[in-house]
Amino acid sequence: MATVAQDPALQAIRAGVGRRKLFDAIFVIIGLLVMIAALAVLCVLFLDLVVQGAPRLNWDFLTSYASRKAENAGILAAWVGTSLIMVVTACVAMPVGVAAAVYLEEYAPKNWFTAIIEINVTNLAGVPSIIYGLLALGLFVYKFNLGQSIAAAGLTLALLILPIVIVATREAVRAVPRAIREAAYALGATRWEVTAHHVLPYSMGGVLTGMIIGLSRAIGETAPIITIGALSFIAFLPSPPVTAEFPFLSFAWLKDAFTAMPIQMFNWVSRPDPAFRVNAAAAGATLLGMTLLMNGIAIWLRFRFRKRINW
Amino acid sequence: MTANSQSPAPLRRSIRRRRVRDRLIEALLLAAGLVAVFTTLAIVWILVVEALPFFEHVPLRDFLTDTMWTPLFAEPRYGILPLVAGTLVTTFVALAVAIPAGTTIAIYLSEFASHRLRETVKPALEMLGAVPTIVYGYFALVMVTPFLQKLIPGLPGFNMLSAGLVIGVMIVPYVASVSEDAMRAVPNYMREGSYAMGATRLQTAMRVVMPGALSGIAAAYILGISRAVGETMVVAVAAGLQPNLTWNPTESAATITAFIVQVSLGDLPHDSIGYQSIFAAGLVLLIVTLAFNIAGFALTRRFREAY
Repeated sequence: MATVAQDPALQAIRAGVGRRKLFDAIFVIIGLLVMIAALAVLCVLFLDLVVQGAPRLNWDFLTSYASRKAENAGILAAWVGTSLIMVVTACVAMPVGVAAAVYLEEYAPKNWFTAIIEINVTNLAGVPSIIYGLLALGLFVYKFNLGQSIAAAGLTLALLILPIVIVATREAVRAVPRAIREAAYALGATRWEVTAHHVLPYSMGGVLTGMIIGLSRAIGETAPIITIGALSFIAFLPSPPVTAEFPFLSFAWLKDAFTAMPIQMFNWVSRPDPAFRVNAAAAGATLLGMTLLMNGIAIWLRFRFRKRINW
Repeated sequence: MTANSQSPAPLRRSIRRRRVRDRLIEALLLAAGLVAVFTTLAIVWILVVEALPFFEHVPLRDFLTDTMWTPLFAEPRYGILPLVAGTLVTTFVALAVAIPAGTTIAIYLSEFASHRLRETVKPALEMLGAVPTIVYGYFALVMVTPFLQKLIPGLPGFNMLSAGLVIGVMIVPYVASVSEDAMRAVPNYMREGSYAMGATRLQTAMRVVMPGALSGIAAAYILGISRAVGETMVVAVAAGLQPNLTWNPTESAATITAFIVQVSLGDLPHDSIGYQSIFAAGLVLLIVTLAFNIAGFALTRRFREAY
């Protein structure tokens, strides 16, 4: 036995195995460190925003307009503008996105025409957001004469998140088993009845998740809205969507000028006065909080639906 | 029988009505699908139509070879090179961060991590990718730049290094998740074969899984490049807005995207050359990202078909 253990060839092999195992262990440590570093950035970012912005994170900040004095400035016009833009975006992106996805999954024949639509969807997902801004500037603002309005911004962001909604809906629709469709067809349902009564209700979880992720992307988009020409100093609110007289709903706000959360933050970051940096941090903390909350809800929804469904 | 003989007529009518309705709905759904096609066409059409007057004014030769970009000055020069250089430098810095970090995370998650760890880390990384870009811009300007100034004395307050590093962090989740998908698509029997020959996990990852997933990993890198090229707010906030033909990342310079933001912040009249110049810049940006995207998608398609 002793002679075998001392065999130089065997010892060389053992040393090699040991070295390779060491490399494995080193890689595990490096991998963990890189991952922790990436996640630490997220934590540092959020904590720093909250700490820096803490002096301004109060009720007055949410209920005051922008101001020349940093300590009086607030984000009222910004968050109202962002909320109204999100309403327009959701109302456009949800029906169009879901309809396009249903067409591609349930109706589309497999031919070159469908392939063109599919290529366009994937391609649009990779177009930089500022290009959407230029499209909106040329098309919505000047050709359609929407001006620098909430409607123009909402439509732009709707186009921007359309690929996200389409891809998420397609995945959800694809996850519905064939057997369910075949059972409905066997009972004489038409294609639309199968889709509307069975496929869509069962995939609602995935559709919602995709919609929330899309909106959380839209809420933080700055570049396209700047290109449209949103004003960063706005000391008034858009006209109210609800009125006292009949028919109680007004759509005048669609044509109003606006500002939005990321625009307000950009304006404050780019000022040299450090007092405005505090405002920027507070606005950033609010914005990041909203984004992370929406993503958290989406992840939780996905987890829940995945757990509950047993076909 | 007589009682039943009446029912086929209304039944048939109802079937016909439902068929007609189905046809109408199918047309509506198709129209929604065509929105994507029209968006692409509209992007190309708007950029070309609005940039055409610019190119009537500026010869293409000057646009591609002049080394100064000062369209808003009294003596305007229209060379796109400084903006392209700024874009390339920030992209290179970003890739220097995102490719090693993203690949390491992908290998770790795909080959080493337990199922539970993977399911916890992936959503967290997703959140990192969801942070609004303007917040990353703040991060670059207010936190990363002061830190870098301690390491590199004389670093200006606006510089491409800090912007590029932050863009790199921003696209790490993207590179990691696409490469991880590619690695997970490598069939298990290839790993098992490698383990059976006595290879360790790292050896299997490097010599079996990575080569097997190569086209997918390349696609992840290329899509990451396209993101870095199109990134706007981080560079607009942290890299400065002065066009500057330099390859040195510690200097301040504008990118194509930053220039578009700078012009949009002012109030230019619709028919001015400054207004048209942002569409010319946008057209260049679209062509560059389109080329990268097409290459990336061609590669992803290939790795999907490989097994």
